[in-house]
Amino acid sequence: MKKQFFANHWCSLLLLSSTIVFSGCDKPSAPSGGSAAGGASADPIKVGEFASLTGKEATFGQSSHEGTQQAIDELNAAGGVLGRKFELIVEDDLSKAGEPATIVNKLIARDNVVAVLGEVASSRSMEAAPICQQNKIPMISPSSTNPKVTETGDFIFRVCFIDPFQGTVMANFATKTLKAKNVAVFTDVKSDYSKGLAKYFKEGFTAAGGKIATELDFNGGDKDFKAQLTAIKSSNPDGIFVPGYYTDVALICIQAKQLGLSVPIFGGDGWESDQLVKIGQDAVEGTYFSTHYAPDVATQKSKDFVAAYQKKWNGKSPDAMAALGYDSAMILAQAMKTANSTDGQKVRDALAATKNFEGVTGNTTINEKRDATKSAVILQVKDGKFHYVETVNP
Amino acid sequence: MEWFVQQLINGLALGSIYALIALGYTMVYGILRFINFAHSDVLMLGAFAAYFVAPPVTHLFPPQSYAGALAVLLLSAVICAIIGMLIEFLAYRPLRRRPRLTVLITAIGVSLFIEYTCQHEKVFGAQLKPFPKLLAEQNFHPAGLSINGNDVVVVVVTALLLAGLWYLVQKTRMGLAMRAVSFNEKAAALMGVNINRVISFTFGLGSALAAVAGVFYAMRAQGIEPLMGIKPGLYAFIAAVLGGIGNLPGAALGGLALGLIETFAGGIPALSNYRDGIAFAILIFILLFKPSGLLGKTQVEKV
Repeated sequence: MKKQFFANHWCSLLLLSSTIVFSGCDKPSAPSGGSAAGGASADPIKVGEFASLTGKEATFGQSSHEGTQQAIDELNAAGGVLGRKFELIVEDDLSKAGEPATIVNKLIARDNVVAVLGEVASSRSMEAAPICQQNKIPMISPSSTNPKVTETGDFIFRVCFIDPFQGTVMANFATKTLKAKNVAVFTDVKSDYSKGLAKYFKEGFTAAGGKIATELDFNGGDKDFKAQLTAIKSSNPDGIFVPGYYTDVALICIQAKQLGLSVPIFGGDGWESDQLVKIGQDAVEGTYFSTHYAPDVATQKSKDFVAAYQKKWNGKSPDAMAALGYDSAMILAQAMKTANSTDGQKVRDALAATKNFEGVTGNTTINEKRDATKSAVILQVKDGKFHYVETVNP
Repeated sequence: MEWFVQQLINGLALGSIYALIALGYTMVYGILRFINFAHSDVLMLGAFAAYFVAPPVTHLFPPQSYAGALAVLLLSAVICAIIGMLIEFLAYRPLRRRPRLTVLITAIGVSLFIEYTCQHEKVFGAQLKPFPKLLAEQNFHPAGLSINGNDVVVVVVTALLLAGLWYLVQKTRMGLAMRAVSFNEKAAALMGVNINRVISFTFGLGSALAAVAGVFYAMRAQGIEPLMGIKPGLYAFIAAVLGGIGNLPGAALGGLALGLIETFAGGIPALSNYRDGIAFAILIFILLFKPSGLLGKTQVEKV
């Protein structure tokens, strides 16, 4: 406790001193963005991105950023939009609560970005959303699935499906494919994503006639899950739903195996990371999760994306976060083109009117709640790789 | 019943780890009267030492053998003992004659320094790393139970280390010197005890125990990262206070008690979210009625 207190003060002190130092010399360059009239057409369009490039959910931020960066580079290579190129200003939030607010404020106030892209984790998107809303800066979350993210206000969008859908998909999958009747739910109470997904899964699963064997909680970042897993084991479930993020999930699968729990474990898009297999190894074999897109079943557009991505990022295969990061930047660029402006209000209106945008992750239509309606895919971990199982349409 | 025994094993293994860490806190407090907040980071460094030492060790010993695991454990204990002594030498020794608060704040500084340096990608990086399997997973199944072999190893090794520590403190010359410094530093110095050596040794010993605890913690969790020490460190600190800070058996007892409380509270569906709260509430409750801790002696502070 004491330590945290000191850590916070330390950070705020540093921040304070840095703003004092920098705010003085920053002023001359202030007016940018806004209308690109006159001779200022060479000015780049500044777009801010905040991502968890390091820390607990590092692969989310890295993948998402690589996808976004690729979109921006492709757009710039094609001449940008409105005769201006894009400048992507990227900030790392260290996968930590509290950071997004600081850096999004900085992106808006100091860098004068005209739009914000980010984050993957819902809790962190929800931290940035009110700030963007207040400043009337359109924000697009590539892959935060908690419904509350876009409920913040009319400037907040996302290009992925939401958890009520994902929860139902997994509930149907559990009843129909896994033939599970008695499922234990293990929730990360620190994460809005996990709590939301658990809730919608439970609703869907009980509606489909299933029974919840038991519900236990953990805190994201915990290392020891044996107490809860022992309780889960003694409730004799025929499946365990773990709506968590990949690092915690990998450790949970390992410890479940140590305790001799051999029922299927399954979860949501928070699982998708190559780290899941690297950490979990044989313990994650045979597990299932739902996500946004699978490279195996691809349109021409997504095949092109995969090829370009692998070329750019040293042969790395894109995951759903990368594809959604790409789509988020592309949709933003299209909205600016339609609006013929980078003005926050006009871009917002154009974003809200997005219909049948052909993205890498499929056709994207922004609904009245500023969410995307899209299909989900279910993947299974087999031989250390993610294998496509099925697609579920909304 | 099966559930109870299973949780008892989980709790004992976790409690043993807390006990090992708590001993480091309590020994340093006993001698220098300050809390070494960097202790939890030494635990993390112990786990990382094992992470780096384990692959080369497999060339000397068959992988996942007891001899190999013991070698890894000893090497990380030695590495951390050196780190612990270095921390004391560089950060705390120059401040020995300063007010205690100065040292305490330095300790927090050292802790943050280690945590944030290690999170840099050129050092360890902030990502969770898979911890190598030091011992094969063996599950015993007496009467329908599933007892993890590694948990048994953790409990047995901890018991041996506790016995060894008791012998060291009570029966050896160095132990006598440690007790003398703890009782009265100035008088001990006048009697010819080399204070700096004793303090160095104490830090080395505490850090070695922390390293062992770190390796055990990583063996159970199978994943390590630079902030992994914070939680067990905090729990062990509570354990040390709970048992009576400065009191060695108290630290062990407090560690076991907290491990069991955390496990049993965590295993009850409605309470699993409140397990930390329950542990802290018990701490507050005990300190209200017995401010010196379970086994601590009441001391009158000289003003």
